[in-house]
Amino acid sequence: MNSRKNVTLWLGIGIVSALLLLMAVSLFYVPYGANEMNIAHRLQAPGRAHWFGTDNFGRDILSRIMEGTQTAFAVGFFSVCIGAAGGFAVGSAAGYLGKWTDELLMRAVDALMAFPGILLALIFVTIFKASLPQTVIAIGVIFIPGFARVIRGGFLQYKEADFVKAARGLGAGHGTVIFRHIVPHVLSSVIVTASLCFSTAILAEAALSYLGLGVQPPDPSWGRMLNESQSYMNKAPWFALAPGLFITATVLGFNLLGDGIRDLRDRRA
Amino acid sequence: MQASNEETDARLPLLEIRDLHVELTAPRRRLPVLEGVRLEVRPGETVGIVGESGCGKSVLSLSLLGLLPPAMRIREGEIRYASETLPHADEESFRRIRGKEIAMIFQDPMSALNPALTIGDQATEMARLHLGLTRREAREHAAALFRKVGLPRPEALLRDYPHRLSGGMLQRVMIAIALSCGPKLLIADEPTTALDVTIQAQILDLLRKIREEEGTAILLVSHDLGVIADMCDRIAVMYAGQIVEEGTVADLFDSPKHPYTIALLNAIPTPAKKHEKLFAIPGTVPALNERGTGCRFHSRCPHADERCLLQAPPVVTVRGVHSARCWLAAEEGGLSNAVG
Repeated sequence: MNSRKNVTLWLGIGIVSALLLLMAVSLFYVPYGANEMNIAHRLQAPGRAHWFGTDNFGRDILSRIMEGTQTAFAVGFFSVCIGAAGGFAVGSAAGYLGKWTDELLMRAVDALMAFPGILLALIFVTIFKASLPQTVIAIGVIFIPGFARVIRGGFLQYKEADFVKAARGLGAGHGTVIFRHIVPHVLSSVIVTASLCFSTAILAEAALSYLGLGVQPPDPSWGRMLNESQSYMNKAPWFALAPGLFITATVLGFNLLGDGIRDLRDRRA
Repeated sequence: MQASNEETDARLPLLEIRDLHVELTAPRRRLPVLEGVRLEVRPGETVGIVGESGCGKSVLSLSLLGLLPPAMRIREGEIRYASETLPHADEESFRRIRGKEIAMIFQDPMSALNPALTIGDQATEMARLHLGLTRREAREHAAALFRKVGLPRPEALLRDYPHRLSGGMLQRVMIAIALSCGPKLLIADEPTTALDVTIQAQILDLLRKIREEEGTAILLVSHDLGVIADMCDRIAVMYAGQIVEEGTVADLFDSPKHPYTIALLNAIPTPAKKHEKLFAIPGTVPALNERGTGCRFHSRCPHADERCLLQAPPVVTVRGVHSARCWLAAEEGGLSNAVG
């Protein structure tokens, strides 16, 4: 039982660190320029010169995938940060203050949650200009309800814990109670949520870019590459295969990581 | 004992609770939890509060520090600390005295310490907050207190996490933390209930030692009359949100006036009653919405009559500090032979 749970965790860690390594490498080295076109070599099948083949402009797919990791991780990281920060503000206020503050904030969160996330992001990106920062903000806002609920739940649970009452009885102020006594306990569930949201963010970015509303050309993005590969599905199936595989692997990696951490935490609790 | 009581009586009370009413705000109605509680604690005195579960002992002790749960609030009454009134709603004024003037120790030491922080982090928190000590000074201060409460190897303990210590040790840690700012009043809410009997005796000895050496007044909340009798100068017996009888240990044990006190005393198992069936008070404490207008105890009282059902009994002063909230107490000597 223990080993099975560890497998989930370690597999997640393995996939995620492999991708992180790929991203780190891409900062210093890519085999070809990501936007370097070579019409003579367009739509080449995978081979020794181009491991994942080339696209319709003769650009090296491996290089574009590698640069795409930067986009994917940037979107994942910043949107999760926005979601967690917003969720913390809303969730901690609702959970700690309780009463009508809680009612008001959680109903707002319910309303946001009831709205389909991708639709919300589409509206947001349509109103503002479609670009990377807008995409990040749009995706981050979608995550606020999830984080808010988890954090509120933690606050509700630990606000009434004996050690919190004892700390208050001995003169601890609100700041001490919140940041020293409650937050460390809420943190583990926030990490799990963050990991699961990370994969959702990458998927959402791919979806938005696929729809042409996320990252704009010529910047490399996995979703954008899928979009571009559509017309060449018969002629060059490898064009779609590479970004598809990487999206799948990344989502799988972060989901495994999240599940693994959750299992680890539950076993301890 | 008697002499020292006379002496402390002359001083101003440290804590005065006057006509305290606490209510529970349930949807669409308000239920009284405490009704007209009156109590005084003088410097260096140990006052015990006894009563069965649900009579309001813990609510009373929490209200003194402004720590009532969100659903409860003080409806009226006054809490005065060192002749200064503490406003009910003002969190800040309560926070200033919490820990520094009045400290509280809780029932279950295992859950009263944060499992995620070291003992040192938690033991130094208060001294740094209230006394403005640096990290190192606070650690030395805590180590000295640990030694005082009889904890071995204080420096090593400061680096440990709570799960590594036994319940008795944790309660000592809690007491050391409570003492760290030299409070004048210690509220101990069932401090020994979660501990086993031998440890109980040690913790009570420790509290006694603290009272003698530091002159700290103690408000001891317990359901255990034995513990209370052993420790306290004065006892208040609570029933259904009211203090029904108050007096010195001798007053209550030798000449109890309220039928509830008498029943409680009869329910103590003694070696002499070994072969008899243990006396239990019939019935249960009335629920918050079933208290009625008369005496709260009438449904379980063997002496209750029409008047007890309809009219709330007055608080009758028996002699000196001894008082009882009972119609029969007014009729002198009516119940004093009932114990046996």
